[in-house]
Order: sequence, then structure tokens, then C-alpha cells
Amino acid sequence: MTPEDLRRLFLEELSRIAPDIDPATVADDDHIQDDLELDSMDVLNLVSALHEKLGVDIPEADYPQIATPRLAAAYLAARTGEA
Amino acid sequence: MPSLGSDMESGRLVEWLVAPGDRVNRGDVIAVVETQKGAIEIESFDAGIVHELTAPMNEDLPVGTPLAVILAEGEEPPAGPTAPTATAEPAPETEPVAEPERPAPVAEPERPAPAVPVAASPPAQPDAIRPASPAARKRAGELGVDLTGVSGTGPGGAIVLADVERAAPTAPRPAPNPVEEMRKAIAAAMTRAKRTIPHYYLSETLDVDPAMRFLEERNADKPPTERVLLGALFVRATVLAAAKVKEMNGHYTEESGFAPSKEVNPGVAIALRGGGLVAPALADAVNMTLEETMSGMRDLVSRARAGRLRASEMTRGTITISSLGETGAEAMTGVIFPPQVALVGLGAPHLRPWIVDGAIVPRHVVTLTLSADHRVSDGRRAARFISEFETALKTPEAL
Repeated sequence: MTPEDLRRLFLEELSRIAPDIDPATVADDDHIQDDLELDSMDVLNLVSALHEKLGVDIPEADYPQIATPRLAAAYLAARTGEA
Repeated sequence: MPSLGSDMESGRLVEWLVAPGDRVNRGDVIAVVETQKGAIEIESFDAGIVHELTAPMNEDLPVGTPLAVILAEGEEPPAGPTAPTATAEPAPETEPVAEPERPAPVAEPERPAPAVPVAASPPAQPDAIRPASPAARKRAGELGVDLTGVSGTGPGGAIVLADVERAAPTAPRPAPNPVEEMRKAIAAAMTRAKRTIPHYYLSETLDVDPAMRFLEERNADKPPTERVLLGALFVRATVLAAAKVKEMNGHYTEESGFAPSKEVNPGVAIALRGGGLVAPALADAVNMTLEETMSGMRDLVSRARAGRLRASEMTRGTITISSLGETGAEAMTGVIFPPQVALVGLGAPHLRPWIVDGAIVPRHVVTLTLSADHRVSDGRRAARFISEFETALKTPEAL
């Protein structure tokens, strides 16, 4: 998967967790908690979904590295060996 | 139409999940109702066979309006008219609502005129040839759908509501603004709470480092689906404290005063994006493990986001927990959600200098503020509750 694919997948999962967020309106640097108002339970659900989809287990210490779509795409690319 | 909260006056039936002839058990989800607090799944009060769906779709129905007839095993259908005239529903018993039970067949005032002008013609011109349910006729009138062109999927080829909805070019039901509706519901409940409940408050700042360390170690080698959040520990601690201090757990009504609850059903406040708040409750949480509590909370949050909470979850709460999460303000003094009598408000953890064994050390602390109802309890009982909460949180492995 390219970083662009990963970014798209991240946004897809994000909107599945939070159906009221339209992925088309999310900017690359929007913070999932500060800007998109995900709470800690949403973040955990997002991490679970990414784990299921990509097999990438994101430890709690790494949560800041998926805090925006841009950061998440880079992080997931690195973790899936595509960087 | 069940009441989904003390402030609810009406709901709008938007989807049936059962059909006549279906067998249902008590507690099965049978319909979806749009309320001020979003779409809520309605559960069956009885077991049996669905005989008839009597309530019209997409209309505001006062609380108490019958929605369907469910017959018990072997029970005969009620004598008298069936489907075509069954819409003559009895007035709700509990709600002396002045508005007409069946709105006149004209566009409701709050509905903007549909884009298709033909909808302004009188609805439900009877079509003698095509059998159609009353709800289908009414909806066809609203949508400007000609029934002669609609194929029916009901008994004997009768046109039912879903057929009309399908046949409509677009069926834009002008929905009320959900954010405004939610604000109205919260305003009603909170105004009532502040007007009728003599609140009092006790606060305590708690060292949560032991709990956070416990979670860090516990979660380190767990896949995401098995991780537990601090909020689940707070819910467990609340449940255990509420089980011991009964004056904080139950419902108060003007008619019968305070009724302590045998079960502890913790309502978990969930903030919705765009504004608003819901507090669906876990059922009978005393005997749940920490993992079950966490899993129940995840489920509630997911379904709150998707608009799939159930009616019972909205009404069975016996105490509410409102937590500011992991970042944010350090304390919150909450308003009790009637008819409950207590609310546990928890600020976000903050790193503060703290004294442990005579030495000043950095610790994460959380401020708990208990809002309680003075008609039911006094400060001493609230202090006991906080003490039980703190004790429970000191040994997180036992939660």
C-alpha cells in the first residue's frame, strides 16, 4: 500500500468509528482529538480497526504518531514496511 | 411509544424491524424511533407474535401511543376492526396532550413545502382498485406518489408504506435540525433538574498513579481490542461505591419519593460531536468484570455514534458518570440527570506535586466531584461514597 492508500484507509476507518465525520472535510493536519473531537474510546476503536485491517498493532505510546491523517499515513507506511 | 426520558413528549417512528407474523421475545429490538436525542431502538415489552403494526411512520407520536399489537401464544386477535381502521388509537393514558392524535391531512406547519408542488393536493385520494394501508395512502399524499403506479408487497398485493417510500422519486423528509432538538432535550432535562433537585456537592482529589501504572502494564502486551481505559476503572469504582451507598443509586419521583435500585446501572455520559450529550447505561454492572465493563462501554460509545442506542439503555440508568477524559479541565461539577439522585463528575488527570510518605512527589491526580440530591442524602453519605470510590481505585487489580 502506498502512503496515499494508507491515508485513505485511515480516513475510511475514522469515518466508520465516527459516522458523523465526513472524510472529505478532514484536513491532513486535523488532530483527531483536538479538531475532530474523538474521545479516548474512539481512538481505541480506531486503533483496533487499523489493527484488524492492516495487522499493525499500535501501542499506546505510539498514539501521538497517528494523531493526524498525515502523521498516521507516515507511521502506518513505516510499520507496514512501505516507507 | 415508550418514554425514553422524563423530558420526552413524543417520538417519530422511522423504521420497523419486524413484520406481522414475526415472533418476538421480550427485549427484542423491533423498531427505530427518532427522538430529540437521536435515533433510538425500541425493544418489545412482551413476547409473542406480531399481529399488526398500527402506528404510522414519520409522524410525531405522543408518548403512550400504541405502536403495534403483539399477541401472546394462543391469544386471539382483538375483536373489532383490523388493519384499515386500526389507526383509531386510544389516546395515550399518561399524556394529556392537546394536539390531535391524528394530524389533519395537511402539511404540518414546521414542514417546508416539498419541492414537488403536487404534494399540496389533498392526500390519500382513495384508489378503489389498489388496496393500500392507511399509512401508505397518507405518505403517498405527502410525497405526491400516484398509487396506481406502485406495486404492493403487502398481504394480497396491498401497498404498504415501504412501497410508497420506494416509489417516491426522492423522499426528503424535512428532518428537524438534530443539534437543535438535542439542545432542547438537554435544556428541558437540566432545567428540570436544577429546578427540582436540591443539589449539593462534595469533591476530593485522588492520586490515580497506581491506576494508571496498572493499566500501562496491563495494556502493554494486549492487542487494542483487549485494552482497558482509565474511564472503565472509574465506572467500576463508581459501581462498587454505589452498591454500598444506596442513597446515591436509584430514582426519585415526586409521587413516591426515593426508590433505591437493587441493580447498579451506571449511565455513561458520552459527548456527541456537533454538540449534545447522551448517557446510556450499562445494565446490572455490579457483577461485571473490568473487561466486561470496558467492553460494554465501547459498545455504548460505538452505538451512540451510530445512532443505535436502545430505549432501555436510555432510561435504566441509576447513577451517571461524566468524565472529561484524558485531557482538559481538572474538575467538573455536574447536573444530576433526573430521576437519578447522583452524578459522579471526573476531571482529566493532571500532574501535580503530591505528598506520599512525607515526601513531595509528582503524581497524576483526578478531582472527583459528587453531585447528590439533598432530598435523599446528606454530606456524610456522599463522603462515604467518595471514600468507597477511592478505596476501590487504590487496588485497581481488584476491580
